[in-house]
Amino acid sequence: MKEISCKLLVIGAGPGGYVCAIRAGQLGVDTVIVEVGKPGGTCLNVGCIPSKALIHAAEEFDKVAHMAGGKSPLGISVATPALELAKTVAWKDGIVSRLNSGVAGLLKKAGVKTVHGWATFRDGKTVEVETETGSQVIRAETVVIATGSAPVELPFLPFAGPVISSTEALALSEVPKRLAVVGGGYIGLELGMAFAKMGVKVTVVEALPRVLAQYDAELTRPVLKRLGELGVEVITGAKAKGLSTRGDALLIETADGKNAKVAADRILVTVGRKPLTEGWGLEQIDLDMAGKFIRIDDQCRTSMRGIHAIGDVTGEPMLAHRAMAQGEMVAEIVAGHKRSWDKRAIPAICFTDPELVTAGLSPEEAKALGGEIKIGQFPFAANGRAMTKQGEDGFVRIVARADNHLVLGIQAVGQGVSELSAAFGLALEMGARLEDIAGTIHAHPTQGEGFQEAALKALGHALHI
Amino acid sequence: MGEYVIKLPDVGEGVAEAELVEWHVKIGDLVREDAVLAAVMTDKATVEIPSPVDGEIVWLGAEIGDTVAIGSPIVRLKVAGEGNVAPGSSPKDETAAAEITPTPSPSPQGGGERAMAADVSAKSEAGSPKKVPTPKSEPALQSPSPLWGGVRGGGTAPTAAGSAPTSGAPRPEGEKPLASPAVRLRAKEAGIDLRQVPGSGPAGRIGHEDIEAFLARGPQLARATGLARKDGVEDIKIVGLRRKIAEKMALAKSRIPHITYVEEIDVTALEELRATLNKEKRPAKGAERAKLTLLPFLMRAMVKAIADQPNLNAVFDDEAGIIHQHEGIHIGIAAQTPNGLVVPVVKHAEARDLWDCAAEVNRLADAAKSGTASREELSGSTITITSLGAMGGVATTPVINYPEVAIVGVNKMMVRPVWDGTQFIPRKMMNLSSSFDHRVIDGWDAAVFVQRIKALLETPALIFVD
Repeated sequence: MKEISCKLLVIGAGPGGYVCAIRAGQLGVDTVIVEVGKPGGTCLNVGCIPSKALIHAAEEFDKVAHMAGGKSPLGISVATPALELAKTVAWKDGIVSRLNSGVAGLLKKAGVKTVHGWATFRDGKTVEVETETGSQVIRAETVVIATGSAPVELPFLPFAGPVISSTEALALSEVPKRLAVVGGGYIGLELGMAFAKMGVKVTVVEALPRVLAQYDAELTRPVLKRLGELGVEVITGAKAKGLSTRGDALLIETADGKNAKVAADRILVTVGRKPLTEGWGLEQIDLDMAGKFIRIDDQCRTSMRGIHAIGDVTGEPMLAHRAMAQGEMVAEIVAGHKRSWDKRAIPAICFTDPELVTAGLSPEEAKALGGEIKIGQFPFAANGRAMTKQGEDGFVRIVARADNHLVLGIQAVGQGVSELSAAFGLALEMGARLEDIAGTIHAHPTQGEGFQEAALKALGHALHI
Repeated sequence: MGEYVIKLPDVGEGVAEAELVEWHVKIGDLVREDAVLAAVMTDKATVEIPSPVDGEIVWLGAEIGDTVAIGSPIVRLKVAGEGNVAPGSSPKDETAAAEITPTPSPSPQGGGERAMAADVSAKSEAGSPKKVPTPKSEPALQSPSPLWGGVRGGGTAPTAAGSAPTSGAPRPEGEKPLASPAVRLRAKEAGIDLRQVPGSGPAGRIGHEDIEAFLARGPQLARATGLARKDGVEDIKIVGLRRKIAEKMALAKSRIPHITYVEEIDVTALEELRATLNKEKRPAKGAERAKLTLLPFLMRAMVKAIADQPNLNAVFDDEAGIIHQHEGIHIGIAAQTPNGLVVPVVKHAEARDLWDCAAEVNRLADAAKSGTASREELSGSTITITSLGAMGGVATTPVINYPEVAIVGVNKMMVRPVWDGTQFIPRKMMNLSSSFDHRVIDGWDAAVFVQRIKALLETPALIFVD
């Protein structure tokens, strides 16, 4: 096949890669993107989007299930609902598919050439792609590695049969009766809670003393409460040991060293994700690494000239929106603009019930800086809108410097608070002080008022508490 | 115990007042007899005031820069035994009685203003709602005059009040500059390192206007790492000799319409003669002879030229409209000293030979430099020479030593090619840059004078022929 030459070659069409390619195309850079699967990467195909679809379906089902039996305080009564998971999954697949073609269309519109296949580096400027029709060699002035990440597999619990990763969990054709979740991080809890709402008996096994360990205990308390309400059993300090011989239970070692069995039809292993650094010829170009990730600088440059890396392959936080911002920046750098990574915050959301949002520094991280800080916290129990949504659990918390009131971090837990991340991110990125947030009119009645009230609280004059 | 008052003694002939230029003591100091208390300056000379008694300083009667009338009390001492003052009379009464200089000198007023400004700034700080745990590094806030601190504080107070506790505070090292994404992008595209941009917004936030101000000031600052902008202003009070020089120069330049005439002199022959004379070790009467510089030759040449044009050796009293044309030629020699410019005077150059002129110039230069030149030695000139020696440059525009009417400036001597009609030959050349008071000296006369000196210096034998 005839060689292709281009200015920019992007390997991987996940959120980092496709954004990079679209932006480069907009800027008139001759760009080629290589992807073996459907465009959109983990996020669109087996991550953010499908999981949110499933979580939404589970939520709706749970709501209706609670109305059945006439116990709803809202005065709604319905017949006992039924869930046909295969249909739910088909609906979800429809959304994914629409987005797949949306991304493909955007790439095309931006003038980006898409090559389907598996890319392997020959050298720093040349990549060979295994396509359906044969080998395609692509030469590029600049290469962006956006290969992403994959679920971590436990050697004693390989993904097979009843042992599944998040990818398979999003494509089940029927609701399992019992689900064991290994790993109480945000992916495990998001999915575990969704399945619990679908009526699955869920057991979460976590090796650490508590689940959602990257968040502070205060922030996760409403989530733990909800886990209890949903009947999810959480076993902390326990190690997964393997699959029972009959394949119907997870063997674990509990905190006190005893062996136990968790009966399960499916065992969902969510113990983290690892950067995808194998199988595409990293050894050919021998880049400097930072642990298991590719080392990059503030312009996403690797140790080799002309090779950038973005997204999950470059380290934590492994979040789609970080990859997108990196992709956009790299495209502009390739087009000759002056850019470097200067973001102040990468908000992170955990779509459990209730949802968790964090942006900027936690109180602990802020204290660790050594300066004095102020914290303002406002509970949704005092927020009218939260009451009318039956979502009184949770709060908004603001961490600011005591001397100049510069906001350092914002956290929230509560129903639907994921949408507040936009305000949180903007406040941090604009360098807001507590007075800026307190002095902004927040529409009533919304949960967003909790944000303003938290700022007022930090300033010592909250109005509604 | 008694009190002893020291009054400003008469420091020179006909001097009615003197400027206090230095205190050697402060209140509470114990001084011995003959210890130097203060230095005062008259028109030319600096005079030290010694203590006539042992005692403790209890009062100082003037501030540096004040002009003090002769006879005014300047120091009060507590002495053992009887003093020279009747007990009970307060220093203030004494001061009033002794009429400490009625001339309103600017310094006490300035001091008052500063004190008031300091008050204001102290108040505004006290009144500000929150403690400002910052300044230290922003130089503008640290300007030596608290006035600026006060004004600045007042200017930012309205916005700072109640809300912005560290408005305008400098960013501690290592802290991320605070700016919105749009500002960051703009800075990036303009090649500005935001860490170097001071933020005027709340909490030191950098806005678009700060970027504009930074760009207007010059982006080269941003790129030249290691170069720091400095905003401090040091206020130096002009006192003593510097003030005298300033006044004299302003007077000369404002009153006298200068005409400056520059002419080139071939000093090859003169230099040969000078070298020969310096080699010749004729023992002087008793002492070794001074080494001859060019100055004595120039002085002698001027004496000769003035014989033809006596109107150049004069002092013009422009208020009375009288030119005092002197018979004696007293040549002022401008000399640089650590404190500034002084002009010691070689009196009666017409009566001094070459060696005598040389010796007198050396003696006066040493006296001026060591600060021991007397008032008499520093006044009474009728014409002046100014020379910057090796630093002399190609040409200068000398300022006339008011109220004289002429000044001769010596420029640097250098070997230059001179066309002798058939070829270029290297000659030792030197410019004379001379200024004249055009009110009383016409350009023609000035030119004639300089041409006469040129002729004498180029053929130095003529200097010695009567």
